Amino acid sequence: MFSFQNFTYFCRTKFQTNSFFNMNKQELIEIRNDFPILSEKVYNKDLIYFDNAATTQKPRCVVEKIEQSYYHYNANIHRGAHFLSIKATEAHEAARTSVAEFLGAGKREEIIFTRGTTEAINLVATSFGEAFCNAGDEIIVSVLEHHSNIVPWQMLCDRKGLKLRVIPINERGELDLEVYKTLLNEKTRIVSVAHVSNVLGTINPVKEIIRLAHEKDIPVLIDGAQSVPHIHVNVTELDADFYVFSAHKIYGPTGIGALYGKEKWLNAIPPYQGGGEMIKSVTFEKTTYNELPFKFEAGTPDYIGSTAFAEALHYVQQIGMDKIAAYEHELLSYGTERLMEIEGMRIIGTAREKSSVISFLVGNIHPYDIGMLLDKLGIAVRTGFHCAQPLIDSLGIPGTVRASFAFYNTKEEIDAFITALKRVVGMLS
Amino acid sequence: MTINELQDEIIDEFSQFDDWMDKYSLIIDLGNSLEPLKEQDKTPQNIIEGCQSRVWLNAEMNNGVITYRGESDAVLVKGIVSLLIQVLTNHTPDEIINTDLYFIEKIGLREHLSPTRSNGLLAMIKQMKLYALAFKAKS
Repeated sequence: MFSFQNFTYFCRTKFQTNSFFNMNKQELIEIRNDFPILSEKVYNKDLIYFDNAATTQKPRCVVEKIEQSYYHYNANIHRGAHFLSIKATEAHEAARTSVAEFLGAGKREEIIFTRGTTEAINLVATSFGEAFCNAGDEIIVSVLEHHSNIVPWQMLCDRKGLKLRVIPINERGELDLEVYKTLLNEKTRIVSVAHVSNVLGTINPVKEIIRLAHEKDIPVLIDGAQSVPHIHVNVTELDADFYVFSAHKIYGPTGIGALYGKEKWLNAIPPYQGGGEMIKSVTFEKTTYNELPFKFEAGTPDYIGSTAFAEALHYVQQIGMDKIAAYEHELLSYGTERLMEIEGMRIIGTAREKSSVISFLVGNIHPYDIGMLLDKLGIAVRTGFHCAQPLIDSLGIPGTVRASFAFYNTKEEIDAFITALKRVVGMLS
Repeated sequence: MTINELQDEIIDEFSQFDDWMDKYSLIIDLGNSLEPLKEQDKTPQNIIEGCQSRVWLNAEMNNGVITYRGESDAVLVKGIVSLLIQVLTNHTPDEIINTDLYFIEKIGLREHLSPTRSNGLLAMIKQMKLYALAFKAKS
């Protein structure tokens, strides 16, 4: 089990000699200290948190930012002409700039705050669907999508008589781009795919996917929920038309996320929800809508969440996304290698480009049984369908056990996880 | 034995374990020794879908008492199914309808019944009582 003492020893012997890319021992100790929850005990065992693809833990600075905002800058934004309101408005709008810079967006007005990835996809499916989709048109998604990138499009299909086309995967869990090319046609209105699969960890070639769609003037939405926390993303380099992600998966608060949309698309589609803030003038005869980004932000926004969200982005930027990606890749390789020691191990998803997510099954043991017993040993993993039932069904499996790593995890935690897993598998075999 | 006597017996049996893993070892043993449901009884009508694991449940009434049979694809769930069957089988519909299954909480397995666990167990308990209601209505 992880302990500070062992950890220090471990760092001295392994980090310095093998060099964990650029993450040195002192940095890792400091990073772990930033996350108080990592020293919690569950069932009297040291917590090992390997459920980072579901949500990430929060560094002290993010939690403190929430507290500070409530204690010092709480007033409704864009309304009051008083001191507090001005402060709160400035903080909220500065957060928008932070998100824009983090994603490499051209303009800060291209960032819309939403409740998260799910709401952002629903916004685009509804508003884009309203403006550009008609009966007989087609929408392309992939088989490895999360339900949140399937169901909003299905609802649009039902509303307007559209057809959903699905990009299949190969045996490694990589998208079949040859089939994708054949799916793109004059009826295709939009392509919506994940940057990284939440089940298989596959990093999809989204730049190529976007390029191929753009050859036929088809816009592309990228679901970045699982990519933004782990790899460097630049929406301008990708040329994405829409890019969406959630704050809580990148060490920020729950209940807030962002939609990046190219200005031309955001101007071309109607508002999603009506209310205060999103209007310019209202009479009972006619209402005119506000400009970007306010057109899509009806009601009082989560201006406390937005500042904490920006704080989380600054936190990972200070560490460096490239350093995070390199270290997490090291954890992925080490975790995969150690898992393969276990008899009957099946890694589900062996894409050549993979993020720090490992789904697996052992023999015929049901994933639920493994997850429940690991939990009692203090190890948090996720089991089941991972909100991607079509993918799990297509693989013909009852679900998976999923271990997903963040940069605060260590090789020593992986060792403890393997020891626990061997014990659990022994009990269940 | 009454339903409550059977529940108390189980609570007693589990009280000897302090460690979670020992409790679960016993549940795994119970799951592994549960008589498998006949293939013809694993019908779509008998299935209780959970998001994580599936449970099948079948019931019949003979001589005024109900016999339950069940199974799950997860062995821990199967073990708990075995406990539920042990407690409720061979009792009358009235006894089953009115019973409070307090043993689950007492032996520390309440988390398996949380609606978010979605393992079909909560739905199974409801279904066991529904069978009892249906048999009562028929008789």
